[in-house]
Order: sequence, then C-alpha cells, then structure tokens
Amino acid sequence: MRFHGRGGQGAVTAADLLALAAFEEGRYAQSFPSFGSERMGAPVVAYCRLGEREIRTREPVVAPDCLIVIDPTLVHQVDLFAGLGPDGYVLVNSTRTLHELGLGSLADRFRPERLLTVPATEVAQRQIGRPLPNAALLGSFAALTAQVTIEAVSSAIRERFNRNPSVAERNVAAAAELFQQARQLMTANGRAVLSAPPD
Amino acid sequence: MLRQIEGSRAVAETVALCRPEVVCAYPISPQTHIIEALGELVKTGELTPCEFINVESEFAAMSVAIGASAAGARAFTATASQGLLFMMEAVYNASGLGFPIVMTLANRAVGAPINIWNDHSDAMAARDAGWVQLFAETVQEAADLHIQAFRLAEEVSVPVMVCMDGFILTHATERVDLPTQEQVDAFLPPYVPRQVLDPADPYSIGSMVGPEAFEEVRYLAHARQLTALGRIGELGAEFAEAFGRDSGGLVHPYRSADADVVVVAMGSVLGTIKDVIDTQRAAGHRIGALGITSFRPFPIDAVRNALKGARRVVVVEKAISVGFGGVLSTDVAMTLSGLPVPVATVVAGLGGRTITKTSLGDVFEAALGDQLAPLTFLDLNRGLVERELERMALHRRSGPTAENMLRDLGVTGSRIG
Repeated sequence: MRFHGRGGQGAVTAADLLALAAFEEGRYAQSFPSFGSERMGAPVVAYCRLGEREIRTREPVVAPDCLIVIDPTLVHQVDLFAGLGPDGYVLVNSTRTLHELGLGSLADRFRPERLLTVPATEVAQRQIGRPLPNAALLGSFAALTAQVTIEAVSSAIRERFNRNPSVAERNVAAAAELFQQARQLMTANGRAVLSAPPD
Repeated sequence: MLRQIEGSRAVAETVALCRPEVVCAYPISPQTHIIEALGELVKTGELTPCEFINVESEFAAMSVAIGASAAGARAFTATASQGLLFMMEAVYNASGLGFPIVMTLANRAVGAPINIWNDHSDAMAARDAGWVQLFAETVQEAADLHIQAFRLAEEVSVPVMVCMDGFILTHATERVDLPTQEQVDAFLPPYVPRQVLDPADPYSIGSMVGPEAFEEVRYLAHARQLTALGRIGELGAEFAEAFGRDSGGLVHPYRSADADVVVVAMGSVLGTIKDVIDTQRAAGHRIGALGITSFRPFPIDAVRNALKGARRVVVVEKAISVGFGGVLSTDVAMTLSGLPVPVATVVAGLGGRTITKTSLGDVFEAALGDQLAPLTFLDLNRGLVERELERMALHRRSGPTAENMLRDLGVTGSRIG
C-alpha cells in the first residue's frame, strides 16, 4: 500500500494504523514514511506492507497493490500511479468523482470496481471536528479491499489514541461511517462487495 | 510481548527496561523519537529512578554521560550524523577513560551537503574512536542489542554504540517481541562501576599521560576490545537461550555455506539482500550473505571462516572512504589475505538513496558472472555527474556543485522511491 498526502494530514499515521490493524489480525506488517524533511503542506508518502510471514525488504513500495490518496490536490502534481498494476486499488479522499477530478481515464487502465472516491475530510470534520481524514479513510479501505476488517481498524485506532478515548471514539465513528459509505457506493455501482480477502 | 511498534519506541522502551539512571541527549533527526519517548517515560514515572537531562548540545550530552558514568550511574544517550561529529572529542574521552556508556546511533549521512537521510558515514567517522559498534538488521535486533550492549559495556569497561539505520528502522513499525522487566533484570545485573568519583575515597580520573605510558593505555584499550570480541558471541548465545531469539553475536551467515558469491553487509539492507538471494537461489545460483553485527571489534576469524570457501565476495556498504573506496570492504579484504577470493565493493544507499531489489539483483548477477567491477556506485546518475563536470570545465566560476545538480534535476519533494 502507498499513502499519498501532505504534511499534517496524517499519511504516516494512516500507514502505521493499517499495519497495527493487520498485526492485530495475526498478520505480519511493516509501515514506514518516505523519510523526507516533512513540513505542513509538503507532499508526503508513506508505505505499508502486509504479509503472512516476516517482511524483510526495506525498499519503498514501488509496485503498490493499493494507492490511498489522502489529498486529492496531489493527483496532478505527483506521479501517484507509478508502479500500480492493472489489478490495483485506488482510494481517493474527495467529494468528487474520479471523472470530475480529471482522472476518468483511470477506468481504462485499472479495474473500475477497484476505484473509489469517498468524502473522508467532510466526514472527519463532522465526526471529529477537525479535517483529519487519515484514520477514517481506513474504514473505506477495509470495505474496498477486505485486507483488514473494520473491527481491526477500530481496534487499531483505539490503541493508537488510547490516551484520548474521546478522540479515538470519534475517529472510530468516522471510520465506521466511511466503511458503510464505501459499501453503499460499491453496491450502488453494481459491484460485488468483497467479504473475504482477495487472493 | 508481541507488539506492532515504531523502531524508536521499541528502543526507548527496551532502554528503559535496562534501568539507566541518567539519560542525556540533544535531539537530532532521526534520533529524536527515541529521546522523546525516553523523556516521556521518565516524566510519567515509568522509568524511575532516572534523571533525564536536557543538554545544550551533543558535546554536552556526551560530557554529561561521562560525568554520570564517573559518578557511578548507568548512562545512556543517542545521536546521529553531525551530532556525533560535534560530540567527537568526548566520544574519544568516554572510551579512553573506559566508561561503559551506551549510545544509540540513528545512522544518518554527514554533510555537506546537508542531508537527513540514512547511510553509515557517521558510524564510519567514529570507527577508530575506541567504542564497540554493533549494527542492527531489524527493529527487533536494535531493541535486543541494547540489552546486550549494557551488559557488555559494563563487563568490559568499554562504551558501546548500537547503530540502527535512521528512518528505515527508527521510523518503521514492525512486529517486535519486547521483553519483560523480569527477563531483562535476569540478564542484566545492576551496574557496579570499576572506577567511581567518591568523596569518601577521592581520586582523580583523566590524568595526562605522556609517552611513558600512552602506548600501554592504548594497548589495553585494544585488549579490552579483543575481550569484548569473545564476549559478544557468548552474550549473543546467552541472550538466545534466555529470550528465545537469535539477536546479536558477531556475524549472521545466510545461505552462504555452499555459496560461490557471498554478499557482505551491515544493518537493515540485509533484509532486502536476503530477498534478492532467495530469488537468485530459486533460479539456481549459489549465492548467500554474511551480515556483520559487530563492526568494532571486527570479527576477523569469523569473517574469514564464513568467506574462505567463496569464489567471490561482494561488500555492499552505505559509506565511502573518499579517495579510496570501501570502508567495510577494506576490513573484509584483510581477513581474506592470502586467499584467492576477490572482494568487490558496492557503494549504495548514500544519503538515503533507495537500494532496490532490482539494482542489487543486477549487481549480484554481474558478480556471479565474474563481470562486477572492483568498485561500483549503485544506480549512479552518470549524466548528472557529467553535466556538472562540463559546467565546471566551461566556467571557472561554475558555482556550488550541490545547488547546480539540484537545479539540473529540477525536481524536489516529489520522489516516490
């Protein structure tokens, strides 16, 4: 998985949370940032690998199975889709459709049922009171890819924010809402909702 | 207990289990999270008794660690890159005086040009400073090495530097088995200082030593490192017995027993190297690896034994001795003196340059086919170099090289790898 965001949006935390969720389900996981001198607003990349045995490689994820785009303004600035295979997943945080984002052609290159946009910032603003979409977006990730359960995502959020249970619960609620929204969008678009992890 | 935890946090919690009585440090990337976490553990009372001392520089950090150690306290600090260089005079003093300080070095490149990313230039700059230098391959090993480091340092009266790759290990989360306080207490007895500043029994530490005894003091420092060499292997075995994991020791061979080509490296790049080796083994190539955990003292016999059956040795290292070539590879070549085993150096990952499986695979295939040059710069952008050389040839006042090259590339902050 490769997460694209801007400094301050929590891309690194999102990658860490996903690794924690997978760990809690008994899998091996590795997450790490792109090691830049991060500052607010600068493009940030974070990585996460999930596996059934120890993950040894330390190279960045150059051929991701899934892209999670936390900031849609990056889509035309950074070569986001580099290395994404034809079976890859794309999850974009935006109130707009891929077509409206100027990414309509993605449907020609990738499987349309694996492309999804969700309004994570808006949901976060409403549920958390701050425009921090990172943890919530993992709810949609769980729905889209079935790589982790929404229960594991919620549990990871609670562990990470265990010193502030109120923040944790609001993030859990936002993740749950985006999990449901993603499922509805996928069903509405006539897509089969995955119930088990893909091969 | 198994945890999914950031490398810095894992190290901080493990250091806390070692019951340091003084932690003093000055923050510098990528060491910062370790020190922040330890500061927090002291403040919340989880690590007690321990004094956390905010100092005004790295030079002060090491000086305070020396003072604390001289007063009989178990002392810990951490730094990286320019921080290590800034404290270097005190780094030599710590070993010269024989204080068993443990320091985490979150390995980072040394400027100029300023660069916060990982390589091993900082550790290599301290190679001859008299410290034991242990290199961690994973977060688990980084955490475990600290427990062994305190025990080794105090037994032998030598300071120990635990080197872990900056960002790649310090900022990565992975599955780590953190020990219990009881386990660590059983392995690491309380610190009993060999020399201590005691008003009831006053003496001075740090006398001037002239030509009459300086060589002998240095000889003893060397002898202590040789003692440490023996103890590192024994402590690794004892640790494995007590904790159920193979962490530490002098070297770690990987599929190298029958290998034609053996790749030697230190630190986290070994993981990537092992993946490449598995792929090449599956394709029928006889290739293996040798991870070196103890760089100082250097395990001459263990390395020679592990490599003497190879047809060719490739050393992948994240440092360069400018004007010469490899640093680690020089030591490796010396262990093989008299044997017909050529050693090739691959300088890789400088300043955080990504070391990819593809590029490593190409280099290893070249080695298997006897096509690898004695010195290779992995993924060197030759065009970028040549264009700067042209600018320098064209104009006397061609300006600063680093800035010229960045302008030439035209992109910053948008890289993915």
